[in-house]
Amino acid sequence: MNPIVFGYLAAAILLLSLLAVTNKNPVHAILLVIVMFFHMAVMYIGLGAEFLAAVQVIVYAGAILVLFLFVVFVLNIREETGGERFSSVWPFGLSIATGLLLLAVILSGKVRLGAMGPYTPQVIAAETHTKILGRVLYTDYILPFEISSLILLVAVVGAITLAGREDR
Amino acid sequence: MVPVQWYVWLGLALFMVGVFGFLTRRSIIMMFLSIEIMLNAVNLLFVAFAHFLNDLRGHMMVIFIITVAAAEAAMGLAILVSVVRNRLSAHVDEIKQMKG
Repeated sequence: MNPIVFGYLAAAILLLSLLAVTNKNPVHAILLVIVMFFHMAVMYIGLGAEFLAAVQVIVYAGAILVLFLFVVFVLNIREETGGERFSSVWPFGLSIATGLLLLAVILSGKVRLGAMGPYTPQVIAAETHTKILGRVLYTDYILPFEISSLILLVAVVGAITLAGREDR
Repeated sequence: MVPVQWYVWLGLALFMVGVFGFLTRRSIIMMFLSIEIMLNAVNLLFVAFAHFLNDLRGHMMVIFIITVAAAEAAMGLAILVSVVRNRLSAHVDEIKQMKG
């Protein structure tokens, strides 16, 4: 990926997520995160993962964050009532995040890449990303695939049980 | 070409933004949003390493992480709806009915 494109995407992603977690209005925060997810999808395309970019836009931005928006709408949380948006222990949270970031940046100098796999960008481009991903998913990863379908079933049943009205 | 180190730094910084949001916000919905940001940081690292290692396992992990994130968001928001409907609060520090 071009370093200028990477720089723009990285700056936009960090700025949008920082604005989102410090925003007072939950609706604005969710919309900022949706824009951040679109930038992330462009990043995936730059890394040769077109199918994941599509999934990022359709599932993350299109389904999960719209679910967030629906919940804000249903609960009618227009502004965070009670004034304060950060909890009283926010210096602890800030220091934990900063300390972890420092530790991780120091340790990230130790990153070494392991053995190379067989899927070079040329191989993926020759067979298209979606096709190759589907073949690997339905052969090598068939058991995790089945388990994830069970997880989604449990989530559907659990969500209806928890959020459904009792009197109906 | 962008080296893999830059992606690692971006992923780490994004993850820490999520950690900060999760630990400091009072609103439960903002805490869930911070969890989504953290999951995205991890996804970015998986895709970057898969790209630089010529391997598809990272892409597989991202697909499963997105699936589990969808289930987690649905369950968490259902719990939030049920908590607010039972006349509790949407703020974590006001939910202290079980405090001894």
